[in-house]
Amino acid sequence: MRKLETVAAWVLGALWILPLAYAFWTAFHPPEFSTRLALAAPLTLDNFHRAWDAAPFARYFVNSFLLVTMVLAAQLVLCTLAAYAFARFEFPGKPVAFALVLVQLMIMPDVLIVENYRTLGRLGILDSIPAIGLPYMASAFGIFLLRQTFKTIPRELDEAARVEGAGPLEVLWRVYVPLARPVYLAFGLVSVSYHWNNFLWPLIVTSSVTSRPVTVGLQVFSSGDQGIDWSVITAATLMTSAPLLLAFLLFQRQFVQSFLRAGIR
Amino acid sequence: MNRQAIHGWLLLLPAAALLALFTHWPVAATIWASFHATPRSSHPAPWVGLENYQVMWADEVFWKSLANNLWYALATVPVSIALALVMALWVNGAMRGRTWLRMAFFTPTILPMIAVANIWLFFYTPQYGLLEQLTGALGIASHNWLGSPDTALACVSIVAIWKEAGFFMIFYLAALQSIPPSLAEAAALEGASRFYYFRRVVFPLLAPTTLFVLVNAVINSFRLVDHIVVMTRGGPNNATSLLLFHIYQVGFSFWDTAYASALTVVLLAILGTVALVQFLLVERRVHYQ
Repeated sequence: MRKLETVAAWVLGALWILPLAYAFWTAFHPPEFSTRLALAAPLTLDNFHRAWDAAPFARYFVNSFLLVTMVLAAQLVLCTLAAYAFARFEFPGKPVAFALVLVQLMIMPDVLIVENYRTLGRLGILDSIPAIGLPYMASAFGIFLLRQTFKTIPRELDEAARVEGAGPLEVLWRVYVPLARPVYLAFGLVSVSYHWNNFLWPLIVTSSVTSRPVTVGLQVFSSGDQGIDWSVITAATLMTSAPLLLAFLLFQRQFVQSFLRAGIR
Repeated sequence: MNRQAIHGWLLLLPAAALLALFTHWPVAATIWASFHATPRSSHPAPWVGLENYQVMWADEVFWKSLANNLWYALATVPVSIALALVMALWVNGAMRGRTWLRMAFFTPTILPMIAVANIWLFFYTPQYGLLEQLTGALGIASHNWLGSPDTALACVSIVAIWKEAGFFMIFYLAALQSIPPSLAEAAALEGASRFYYFRRVVFPLLAPTTLFVLVNAVINSFRLVDHIVVMTRGGPNNATSLLLFHIYQVGFSFWDTAYASALTVVLLAILGTVALVQFLLVERRVHYQ
């Protein structure tokens, strides 16, 4: 019975990795082998060269990098301040304000595309990298996660710092932020992978090479005149996933731990 | 107001302003816009009452998308949750190569949906895709899996299950690791079978995780349509059009923003219902404890 289970687990694992293995095969072999599995097929990086030359991927990578950095930086500041308010301050309207924050866990900016597009049009910043990031910068998920963490920090530490004459922001910076470091790492990884991978909203707000992230760039590339050269498309596909995939393979344990930590409510 | 209150509000203010601008305001504006015509040039949009909703009632693509989305949710949610639980039980046990297995199950989660959709598109390609080669080798007649209305929705559902099961596995894994080993030892001493132990001890202890994963899976089934854009664009003959994809088409291909707003109201109502059900279930659980 146990043996059977092990076999079943391995079969499922193989099935799960199959599409990715297939993509690797196609990307690293000449096009004539993309649909023919021959052990003697020569390895090549040619598909990557051709994909890289066929579209401004360097620019797309820079855009995505700027996007995730900008979003994460803003999220860290905004969510830390708001979480601190919810965890350690008493003010009128706090329960209502908290409930209003939690609304975003259910109704994410992903579904409010029509009105958010209109708002960004009024602000006059459509087709820019900040426009992609703005709706996500106040993250209810981040606020909730950090609030839970801050609440577990003993008040004595807080009071000790205050006795020494530290103001509220100094206490936050010296006591709360350092103690929540693992949670920041977890939130950071989740946020970066979310925004690196996000597609529909960037597709809607961007219309030029200077603001498109890699996901949208990949779609423009693969649905364009590339037609059906699967080797090149798969190479481009792997290229856009490479930063996260490499980071994941190198820091597998931290990734899994982080997703675990971010998921426990 | 005392100083505490002022400090609290000041700390909250930046996040609250952005949340109001990009979550609360758009919800209200969507509902408001759904009762108006689509604004043309500089004229303010006239009030049209329920006209957009009457259009919706008669819109076959809307009903098709809604039905598709329900089927899609019914397929992806239970299957990905069940698979996630099985994966977590396997990876949590003392199985050989469980680090590798965990990696295999989890990898799809961190890849962009748009990238994996491209890979799967190739997988399903007629004639020379891997799937066709496999079925051909088994002597099954050639079939355009994504191109025929009978199988297209199932194909995109499989992609979603493949992408999400590993993500949900992580939450079950966390919950499993928090179950004290003494429970399993006690059950073994009592002579309980492994299945009995799972059914009467483990599964009930996992209930909060199941609820959390369930809510997230349902939300995702209405929120994530990246693979539809890449693989089928809602076709063939609207067989894979999901609600958010229909909103995207109406709003940004046909630029009928008023009607797109009315469609968004339906989506918001669905998400609101999910939130309400979750809230009531959590309340009940707290009461019974």
